[in-house]
Amino acid sequence: MIRVVLPAHLRTLAHVNGELKLDVEGQATQRSVLDALEACYPMLRGTIRDQVTHQRRPFVRFFACEEDLSHELPDAPLPDAVATGLEPFLVVGAMAGG
Amino acid sequence: MSGVRVLVGTRKGAFILTSDGKRKQWDVTGPHFGGWEIYHFKASAADPNRFYASQSSSWFGQVIQRSNDGGKTWEAVGNKFAYDGVIGTHLWYDGTARPWEFARVWHLEPSLADPDTVYAGIQDAALFRSTDGGQTWQELPGLRQHKSASLWQPGAGGMCLHTILLDPSHPGRIFIAISAAGVFRSDDDGQTWRPMNRGLRSEQIPDPTAEVGHCVHRIAMHPSRPGVLFMQKHWDVMRSDDAGESWREVSGNLPTDFGFPIDVHAHEPDTIYVVPIKSDSEHYLPEGKLRVYRSRTGGNEWEALTKGLPQSHCYVNVLRDAMAVDSLDPCGVYFGTSGGQVYASADAGDSWAPIVRDLPSVVSVEVQTLS
Repeated sequence: MIRVVLPAHLRTLAHVNGELKLDVEGQATQRSVLDALEACYPMLRGTIRDQVTHQRRPFVRFFACEEDLSHELPDAPLPDAVATGLEPFLVVGAMAGG
Repeated sequence: MSGVRVLVGTRKGAFILTSDGKRKQWDVTGPHFGGWEIYHFKASAADPNRFYASQSSSWFGQVIQRSNDGGKTWEAVGNKFAYDGVIGTHLWYDGTARPWEFARVWHLEPSLADPDTVYAGIQDAALFRSTDGGQTWQELPGLRQHKSASLWQPGAGGMCLHTILLDPSHPGRIFIAISAAGVFRSDDDGQTWRPMNRGLRSEQIPDPTAEVGHCVHRIAMHPSRPGVLFMQKHWDVMRSDDAGESWREVSGNLPTDFGFPIDVHAHEPDTIYVVPIKSDSEHYLPEGKLRVYRSRTGGNEWEALTKGLPQSHCYVNVLRDAMAVDSLDPCGVYFGTSGGQVYASADAGDSWAPIVRDLPSVVSVEVQTLS
């Protein structure tokens, strides 16, 4: 079970409150977590990663265990603490603006 | 009992303004989708409770929202806009070739007859259509396959397909406009397209009378006379009497012929409205005065409409999709500003009053006449 925290706008779009809990098939990676997330909440498709290229949107960041995982490869394993549900996988709207 | 609903898209959400046929007292709801840009928000002519809204954000991309109950509830539908076939390239600002890349939906145009069919004009410029209520989208690739497409360039706001006009008298005839390519017309339901820019003159491009490359800001038609089109170009107000085959300038006595919106009176096909803007480098009103200009002669002769509008220290803009008319009698005219005001006239422009004054910057205004 993977814990996922979405930014406020995406929680509203997905009609959820608080943290999500997802069952992820196989190894926990950015790709497998996002695949599971989009399967459960299809309205989130295209909002975190591009619909066609599946690249992370430029102003979205992935944090976990106080680390920025945004530039890790999509198939790189997530930290054990995320894979075991000890720590959440954070989807974050990048700090931008003035 | 008749009434109107004004559908307002802003930089920070959508608003619905509702009134009875008198158009004096207004009920305001919103923001819907608070914090998101709503580039366009329009109802189906075939089902007045079917709404489509283009919701986007620099962070989270494009979402398409659909309502089946007049905006009480909403459902996020399909948002996959995948170009058909070979992507190809267009010109970038620096003259280099750049692959087409989806950025956002600028305009949603519901079919005149089928509530589940809706067209989307997107950036980078292309036309998409859904026939399942927005769940899936297919490009009409003939437009981008036009031989001129590799030469299209973005305007300052991006290379956007921003205007879609469906001809009610000629099934399959569609007009679109792209900044900065110009007007194109299809007579076969979007399969093939021809540029419709003869007569346009744009000093900002190397060949001022080129077949494509013009920064058309908006085109409008009256449904009873779809062969007559009116255009607000980057500079110049234009008119075509032959369904876009040729254009002539009708700027006449306007104080400036730069601007964005243009619209046609619901019952008088030769009565048109524009909002002149000082220049393309200033993007605000001339002389600090908010003036709608009306021509009752299909152009050339214009009168300033000022009653109820600020006539000093007003420096807002009115964007291309931010003006609309209702079909009550007298015709109602509505527009929204970059300062967040939505003004209404229940007497065809003779007098105006704000419905709301302090919304986020207004991007689009559409009106439904309810019976």
